[in-house]
Amino acid sequence: MEPTASLGGQLYRLASLFDPFCGPLGLLNLLPEGSLLSCGDTGWGDEVARGFFVTITLALCTLPIGLTIGLFLSLAKQTEIRTLRAAANIYTTIFRGLPELLTIFMIYFGLQIAVREMALALGYESGFDVNSFVAGTIALSLVFSAYASEVLSSAFKAIPKGQYEAGYALGLRPGKTMRLIILPQLVRIALPGLGNLWMILIKDTALISVIGLGDTLRQTGIAAKVTKEAFFFYGIACLLFLTLAMASSVVFSKIETRVQRSGVNR
Amino acid sequence: MSVADELIPPQPAPPVQAFHWTGLRILGATLLGLWIVAGIALVLWLVDAWDIDKVTTYGPKFLSGLATTLTLVGISVTLGAVLSVPIALGRMSSNRVLSWIAYGYVYFFRGTPLIAQLFLIYYGFGSFRTELEAIGLWVFFRDAWNCALFAFTLNTAAYQAEILRGAIESVTRGQHEGAAALGLTRFQTFHQIILPQAMIVALRPYGNEIILMIKGSAIVAIVTVFDLMGETRRAYSRTFDFQTYIWAAVFYLVIVEALRNIWEKLEQRLTRHLKR
Repeated sequence: MEPTASLGGQLYRLASLFDPFCGPLGLLNLLPEGSLLSCGDTGWGDEVARGFFVTITLALCTLPIGLTIGLFLSLAKQTEIRTLRAAANIYTTIFRGLPELLTIFMIYFGLQIAVREMALALGYESGFDVNSFVAGTIALSLVFSAYASEVLSSAFKAIPKGQYEAGYALGLRPGKTMRLIILPQLVRIALPGLGNLWMILIKDTALISVIGLGDTLRQTGIAAKVTKEAFFFYGIACLLFLTLAMASSVVFSKIETRVQRSGVNR
Repeated sequence: MSVADELIPPQPAPPVQAFHWTGLRILGATLLGLWIVAGIALVLWLVDAWDIDKVTTYGPKFLSGLATTLTLVGISVTLGAVLSVPIALGRMSSNRVLSWIAYGYVYFFRGTPLIAQLFLIYYGFGSFRTELEAIGLWVFFRDAWNCALFAFTLNTAAYQAEILRGAIESVTRGQHEGAAALGLTRFQTFHQIILPQAMIVALRPYGNEIILMIKGSAIVAIVTVFDLMGETRRAYSRTFDFQTYIWAAVFYLVIVEALRNIWEKLEQRLTRHLKR
């Protein structure tokens, strides 16, 4: 079973060369033959590792989409135009208020119904299936962008008005002021909040397993059902998520020190 | 150095800018219009799809699901609050071992998805069935409801411990010193000086945590607890009617928004002495 659509599949094949679990230099090859987590047909190592990569891919696909929508939402929230503000606030209220699981179900089933209706309208009879990876990315992007817009909005509020005025005084257009003056400072202020959102996003990807995406939780769940070693395999799932959280916090603290370096030392 | 020889004469007020349909205004009106149209379409659809049979069949179930959700969240948040106190104290303890244990607990429950924790407890504890039967705990862990309650309590305890710790540490040192100067005992200091100030800091995070738990509790539907989400899924699997999900969304949105507003009022009331 291919983990994702063709692009995801290609990425997966590329990644398998440097696979830290079952690749040529994989960690799991050190395990004795026939253990529960060994690679190949005997153990579940490669299946679980594949799920782990799906989790990472899903989170990485969601991040840029969610950030972009979130940035536009936060820009809309601070304009003078009341209609734009109201539209952005409705979006945030809805997607922050709904449980993530419900959003996922609604997107998945809603998309299925919409695709079926469209296919019928176009004259196709056979049913199309909605890819759970795509549905999951959309649903998580909606939730992520709603939260990100709040983080970015509060970061925008922390930037003094004088920064904009200085940009205009230098003759920069609004777009250039935003790109050259505001955004670099914005990143510095918003980074801790965005780091938290990234952690939440990683944890939320586990929910996509309920609509049938073969992510970490689903693969370990299958292994647990087959081998009847539920505690072991769900423990492995938890450990994998913990590893991701630790790796992310290391990466984020690196980025943070790098971004702070160019900042003012107060 | 330049010197102004004459003052700038008084200027008339700038004219009121005429209303222009700029690109952003059009965009805003379009987007808001889309929301309004979507809202009206949704209401019309719900009115059109209103089926008294379905309402009498599934309406009471939705309400009982809602009650299940609120009970689950209420109990687990309360128990979690009790459990969070020793964890927060452990985190702040100068004893290395204690603080590391508390840190490990918090890190595990905040670093892994709630759904994985729930599976670990509900499915995973089945691996130890004979051991659990031997000590008589299998009766407890056999039931999905108990497992959900257990998992949620442990999870929210970790988050609440961090809220509590952050709030207590936000109280400045001077407050401790002032209390010591007044000759208050450690317990009196904590109970009457530190805690009241810490609770005000913790108020907003606590509200967020309750909202997160209400939203997070939807996952119990996957382990066969019929909360609001579970009833929704059951109704959808029987009717294939998408409006079940819409109604669930309405229910959740109303609860979360109501709670948010109540909490805001509560916070305004409790912090009114801090207003300037």
